[in-house]
Amino acid sequence: MYVAVKGGERAIENAHRLLAHERRGDRDIPEISLSQISEQLTLAVDRVMSEGSLYDRELASLAVKQARGDLIEAIFLVRAFRATLPRFGATEPVDTGKMMVRRRISSTFKDLPGGQILGPTFDYTHRLLDPQLTEEFLPELPATSDAPWAATPRVTDILGRDGLIEPSPQTDPDAAVGDLTREPLSFPADRDLRLQNLARADEGFLLAMGYSTQRGYGRNHPFAGEIRIGDVEVEFLAEDVGFAVPLGMIAMTECQMVNQLKGSATETPCFTRGYGLAFGQSERKTMSMALVDRALRANELGEEVLAPAQDEEFVMSHSDNVQATGFVEHLKLPHYVDFQSELGLLRKLRKEFAERADADPLQEAAE
Amino acid sequence: MSTPAYNFAYLDEQTKRMIRRAILKAIAIPGYQVPFASREMPMPYGWGTGGVQVTAAILGPNDVLKVIDQGSDDTTNAISIRKFFAKTAGVATTTSTTDATVIQTRHRIPEAPLHAGQVLVYQVPIPEPLRFLEPRETETRRMHALAEYGLMHVKLYEDIARFGHIATAYAYPVKVNARYVMDPSPTPKFDNPKMDNCAALQLFGAGREKRIYAIPPYTKVVSLDFEDHPFTRYRFDAPCALCGAEEAYLDEIVTDDSGGRMFVCSDTDFCERRQAAGHRGLESAAPHKERAHG
Repeated sequence: MYVAVKGGERAIENAHRLLAHERRGDRDIPEISLSQISEQLTLAVDRVMSEGSLYDRELASLAVKQARGDLIEAIFLVRAFRATLPRFGATEPVDTGKMMVRRRISSTFKDLPGGQILGPTFDYTHRLLDPQLTEEFLPELPATSDAPWAATPRVTDILGRDGLIEPSPQTDPDAAVGDLTREPLSFPADRDLRLQNLARADEGFLLAMGYSTQRGYGRNHPFAGEIRIGDVEVEFLAEDVGFAVPLGMIAMTECQMVNQLKGSATETPCFTRGYGLAFGQSERKTMSMALVDRALRANELGEEVLAPAQDEEFVMSHSDNVQATGFVEHLKLPHYVDFQSELGLLRKLRKEFAERADADPLQEAAE
Repeated sequence: MSTPAYNFAYLDEQTKRMIRRAILKAIAIPGYQVPFASREMPMPYGWGTGGVQVTAAILGPNDVLKVIDQGSDDTTNAISIRKFFAKTAGVATTTSTTDATVIQTRHRIPEAPLHAGQVLVYQVPIPEPLRFLEPRETETRRMHALAEYGLMHVKLYEDIARFGHIATAYAYPVKVNARYVMDPSPTPKFDNPKMDNCAALQLFGAGREKRIYAIPPYTKVVSLDFEDHPFTRYRFDAPCALCGAEEAYLDEIVTDDSGGRMFVCSDTDFCERRQAAGHRGLESAAPHKERAHG
């Protein structure tokens, strides 16, 4: 009798066929379209673009559909596709100060140039399930006004003019931009790589890490200096023509946290920065990111590194959900060869233990 | 929407060149873990993305590929990876250890001796042998640089003090070319001696951890031990129930719910060849009903 599992090839094919069937669900119900996902599950698509590191709503919508709504699986699909794309270079830094804002709030000032703009937010909704949405429902058109578009300076720039917040670190504009998808990460990592890692990091992981700093594990007294959501222009320096060429607009969320003071007898005290940036409307993500970015600056700011969120190796090595889910879920793969080896060792140890006990039953009792 | 078109063996040539450079460096410094810019592959981390990238980087159109998992060509993940390369590279595949030019493996080294010109590609989950003693990469890299391996010997000694044996049954650490302590990937320690002075090139790929390392052909590989507690291979009490092999690593198959067990070769190609050559174990098993491919 030989009962080992065989026929894996057919089993895989049948499993994939069943998966496709389950993904489709009840065939009497109309199939969901990519534009429906892109338009009506906007925030899911934003998350997949952010953590998938690829700004393409259509591909992200396809990934959400193919992944049956499992966003980490969708992120994985997008990442695997992205990895095959050639890289032409890096764009110019986007100027979020020139963002066409749809939402912009500051918790540090009652009012400020450009105003507080609530925009499309869940913030002050009552979380009551809305029975209207069980059926097709066309909401009212949004309120509009003719207010001319005015510049909305960043809160950190306003504070920065008086030196109340540390300046953003100036980097050499000619220096190459780090990219952890092209160069393996090594520690200690520079802040550009840290921010890239955090921008790609799992939202839930960052949320928990950021939350832990608020509860005392690496506390850094944050204020939400500003959160802004809107469209920014992306420009690429074309070597041939010698100037930056606009590539188009992308939607982004930026969060700048204003954090606890630094300063000493010899250094003027000022607030410190924590920064978060993501594609689309990703407010929770960018706020968490800004908290963790600030926590990870502990070494640079001469603070004691005691909490997990301040530990660069810990945070950066475990923040990527594609890596994490792969390694956790690989435990599903067969491990029977290693298990057999452990089983052999365990049986040997148990046998020797039993022999020792038989040889001298009193000794064991005495121990 | 742009329809994806993929290069030979999936990876683009730039990525392959980057991986080949890492491989060359790894061969030049046996046992040293070379960081490389691992890509997201279309299978999950932990499923062999490091091995797949190494294989993709070295595969040529005339190569013959064999993929095993747990020693078997017919386990689901081995099938999946073999099909991936059959599809993306169009290379010939085989289950024969001897006929293959590239063998990608997870958790085993084939029983049949490898010959010169072959490449054995290991899938590696945790490349750092010191990881469970020291979680920090900054620390372990320093320890390797200084060849500071005392911690590992203390761990092995503590095993002996507690259990009377070194309680590591797989991923048993080795020293390569009398310099670097290396993790052989989670192969059972039964396989460790096969790495020593091996005629084939051995390449190790860890995708999630972004490391590649290598053992060039005919390199000295020593399993760590003590003079008074020498390294020993795990021995099975019984020969293979199908082919009667005495010197092969065996899988334990649970045959019923009242303690019934049988032991059969984990290396299915080795076992089938022995059966074809007329070797028989105590069980008269039917040959495997379904071949892994074809």
